[in-house]
Amino acid sequence: MLLIDCPCCGLRPETEFRCGGQAHVARPEKPVDVGDQDWSEYLFVRANPRGVHAERWIHQHGCGRWFNALRDTVSDRFVETYPMGGKPKSTTTEARA
Amino acid sequence: MAQHFRLPSGGRIDRSKPVSFTFNGSKIEGYQGDTLASALLANGVHFVGRSFKYHRPRGIMSHGSDEPSALLSVSRGPGRTDPNNRASVVELREGLVTKSQNHWPSLNFDVGAVNDLFSPVFVAGFYYKTFMWPRSFWDKVYEPFIRAAAGLGVAPDVPDADRYANRHAHCDVLVVGMGPTGLAAALAASETGKRVIVADEQAEPGGSLLHASEETIDGKPAAEWVKETLAVLDARENVILLPRTTVFGYYNHNHVAMTERVTDHVVDPKGAPRERLWQVRAGHVVIAAGSLERPLVFADNDRPGVLLAESVRVFVNRYGVLPGRKIVFATSGASAYQAAVDAKRAGAHVTISDLRLEADCGPELAKARAAGVEVLTAHTVIGTVGAKRVKGLIVAPVTGAGAIGPRRTLDCDCVGISGGWTPTVHLFSQSRGKLAYDEALDAFLPGTSAQAETTVGASHGDYDLARCLTAGYAAGAKAAGSAATARFEATPTLKGFQPVRVMPTDANPAKVRAFIDFQNDVTAKDIKLAVREGFQSIEHVKRYTTTGMATDQGKMSNMNALGIVAGQLDRPLPSVGTTTFRPPYTPTTFGALVGPARDALFDPIRTTPIHDWAVEHGAKFEPVSLWRRAWYFPKAGEDMHAAVARECKAVRDGVGVFDASTLGKIEVVGPDAAEFMNRMYVNPWLKLEPGKCRYGLMLKEDGYIMDDGVVARVAQDRFHVTTTTGGAARVLNHMEDYLQTEWPDLNVFLTSITEEWAVIAVQGPKARETIAPLVSDIDLSPEAFPHMAMREGRICGAPTRLFRVSFTGELGFEINVPADYGRAVWEAIYESGRKFGITPYGTETMHVLRAEKGYIIVGQETDGTVTPDDVGLAGMIAKAKADFVGKRSLARQDLVASGRKQLVGLFADDPSLVLEEGAQVVADPNQPIPMKMLGHVTSSYDSPNVGRSIALAVVADGRALMGTSLFVTTPGGFTRVSVVDPVFFDAKGERINA
Repeated sequence: MLLIDCPCCGLRPETEFRCGGQAHVARPEKPVDVGDQDWSEYLFVRANPRGVHAERWIHQHGCGRWFNALRDTVSDRFVETYPMGGKPKSTTTEARA
Repeated sequence: MAQHFRLPSGGRIDRSKPVSFTFNGSKIEGYQGDTLASALLANGVHFVGRSFKYHRPRGIMSHGSDEPSALLSVSRGPGRTDPNNRASVVELREGLVTKSQNHWPSLNFDVGAVNDLFSPVFVAGFYYKTFMWPRSFWDKVYEPFIRAAAGLGVAPDVPDADRYANRHAHCDVLVVGMGPTGLAAALAASETGKRVIVADEQAEPGGSLLHASEETIDGKPAAEWVKETLAVLDARENVILLPRTTVFGYYNHNHVAMTERVTDHVVDPKGAPRERLWQVRAGHVVIAAGSLERPLVFADNDRPGVLLAESVRVFVNRYGVLPGRKIVFATSGASAYQAAVDAKRAGAHVTISDLRLEADCGPELAKARAAGVEVLTAHTVIGTVGAKRVKGLIVAPVTGAGAIGPRRTLDCDCVGISGGWTPTVHLFSQSRGKLAYDEALDAFLPGTSAQAETTVGASHGDYDLARCLTAGYAAGAKAAGSAATARFEATPTLKGFQPVRVMPTDANPAKVRAFIDFQNDVTAKDIKLAVREGFQSIEHVKRYTTTGMATDQGKMSNMNALGIVAGQLDRPLPSVGTTTFRPPYTPTTFGALVGPARDALFDPIRTTPIHDWAVEHGAKFEPVSLWRRAWYFPKAGEDMHAAVARECKAVRDGVGVFDASTLGKIEVVGPDAAEFMNRMYVNPWLKLEPGKCRYGLMLKEDGYIMDDGVVARVAQDRFHVTTTTGGAARVLNHMEDYLQTEWPDLNVFLTSITEEWAVIAVQGPKARETIAPLVSDIDLSPEAFPHMAMREGRICGAPTRLFRVSFTGELGFEINVPADYGRAVWEAIYESGRKFGITPYGTETMHVLRAEKGYIIVGQETDGTVTPDDVGLAGMIAKAKADFVGKRSLARQDLVASGRKQLVGLFADDPSLVLEEGAQVVADPNQPIPMKMLGHVTSSYDSPNVGRSIALAVVADGRALMGTSLFVTTPGGFTRVSVVDPVFFDAKGERINA
């Protein structure tokens, strides 16, 4: 079982967490102004990379806070976690190293 | 039966404590400290089971957890019977009832043994080749036949009577194994003061040192060193010693799972659990799991009486049992010589047959000869003699050119075989470490670690005692962050072997059966056949032949199988690769994995404060998510239909009372609460006055209905939100997600208050009169307290949030009181309503009453693809709002297109026919198949208030079809229905405002 570094609570077992899919997909400021194509991409199209992926996670059975994480989808290794609205310390290239 | 094969002295058994058990009905005696295997052997019993496929007689082969053949059913009493126990790991305990398996009618005479005669038919891939055609036989003939023939033991048929515990633990260093390497590692690691857990699968710690005969450590007998070391470790408060504990799984981030067998070995557990599952998070793991001996592959090497050579030594030295009086050791390496010397010393007549040339042998040769053991070097084994017990070993000299000389049969009653050693790398592989092949040792060794782990000692291919101790100590110290080292003096170990895949033979290899995997009955011939048929990957050969796929996971067989495949393909062994090692290392009980999570703790049940009252009043219950809700309250002699009909009438004619406490409730509080509600729900909230309620409709971002519920504005900055019973957690998560990730600037707090409030719905024309005498501080008159209002006050003296709302279409109240007052207030209302004939009703009546009014239930009329307009609720949407979750999607092409399924009512032509929920709706029952489905029935009931059956359905363009006829599937064919308005009762909605 993985240990995941919750920005609020520190290292906790993965069963306390839930993944919320790709991170940094911001909801458009004014959805009504968004065209059909862009809106459908916002709703349904997500990246599914082989390698480091920025994801949203929530410490569901802990502090209940959402945060972001860089996770390698091949090794299941968490590169880093960082608060909502923040940016990761490592670039994707560094994270792959 | 006397213990004729028990040595007069020696061994670690307690001869002052005889223990008796039964095997196939015969009473057998052993001693405390025996395993089932050693006690059976002490009584001369080798033949203990029939093999899986060919039903061949099988005996005890090993002293440890690698035993493939001696699988017994063991019973410790009713509900305490397990199949497939390895006799070598079951500790003897008074009163055990054990039985052999996989035979009928008896072990000695087994009808299934006929399979052995037909063995040329049962080759690798037999099932794949045979059960192909005709196709019609798959379900009716082949599957029942295969299922009846498959499997070893018989599964228990009563619930497990034992208790199982679990424990989570943390430590700095986890040491796996308490042999010399592990004990040295534990000593070093614990010296630093770090927290150390040491686990070993055996009943007694010490590993190979427990059967040492001549070995000394620092001048002391090995057993003495074990005793002293354990005393030191035991005295250290930072050490947890766990014998009888198998480390079976190595997962991410040094999460290690182990099972401790706590009480299987004691007659009266005094309430202690049978087993305990440990989940350990270790800073560093030191794997000192030892090594496994390889059998030799020759014809009929599975005969009872054939044991691993080292296991013969263990039975002699550790258990004081001589497995035979005339023992032949067949080997290709040095370690068997020590076993031979020990067996000779114990009084057996001993011969060694060694495949190696005289010149390739080490000091072991002189040692054995000096001890009076006859050694035949450069001899191969052709086969065995005997049926249910080995009677002789056929050997023959091998000349330099590989030619086989004249055969010779060595009379014997026991054979010890040794084909070398394989390091136990299972846990290392599970940790995702990379293995590296070592040609000199003919073994895969731990290479690159993937986690904070060190594999050391025999697990790393180091078979010398002194080196194991030194390396173990250093590894333990390093794991604890220390650089300490220690020197150990120890007797040199007889080691080294010549790898051999199949013993050379002059017999036709196509005619003999030389077993590789004893548990799954896979022979060298099968593996060669698989390669000939084109299988090249070891993973494919494994699945085709099933080698290594039995419960022992090929602990004995894997290296031999790999070697044969490599040889057949004429490729170097590492290029063939290894199969994947997966947890568990040894079979693990379901009980240990399940732990306490069974019965009431398996799936927790939520109940309301009024639950017990409903139980006392005869309610039938239904599960709704984790809740148990009162379904209906039958009176004596009533069936469900009669009870629901009575309850439905009572609510419309008088007054009914309903427990709505399971409704999800969320308090949305803060200066931006109204703005937040405005964004989460389709409705307008900014202008809703405190003290007013509104029906809230929540969409997902894709525009489909997610949840609904009445929301009251308690104060300017406070909303009391209700959700569906099943949707409470989902809605709160949905709200939190948007609040935290999209709109963190909003100053709002969300709190689940589902459990804080009991909710009592009082519904019907007499509702006001029922509660009026109990309510203080609230003016209940229709003018002061209209429909969709909320007041705070008191009922029966308890604080209440009193909602005037209705899910029945009647005058109604939903009385929220703090949960602890729930039952008292309910009883007071029930008492007060008696003069009006107050009737408690359940969820079924609630469903009927709301369907009569055409009110939807999210999840029944909706299925995640339904928009507000589809169910006629477009009017709820605040058109003026610039945005809310789901608004943009409501303009998606598919959501505004014509032909969407819309909510309608259906009347079957036959008013007594209740349509089936989920039944399909079509326009023309005579159209060709596949028919065009227009929609389906979502709700359907017999309605006593409407006086006939009613149904709700979603139908393509349904609102345009009002008054037309459609057809609905029934079990008896199509039935005609007419499309009607979905509000069946009080269409004008006057009753609700009474």
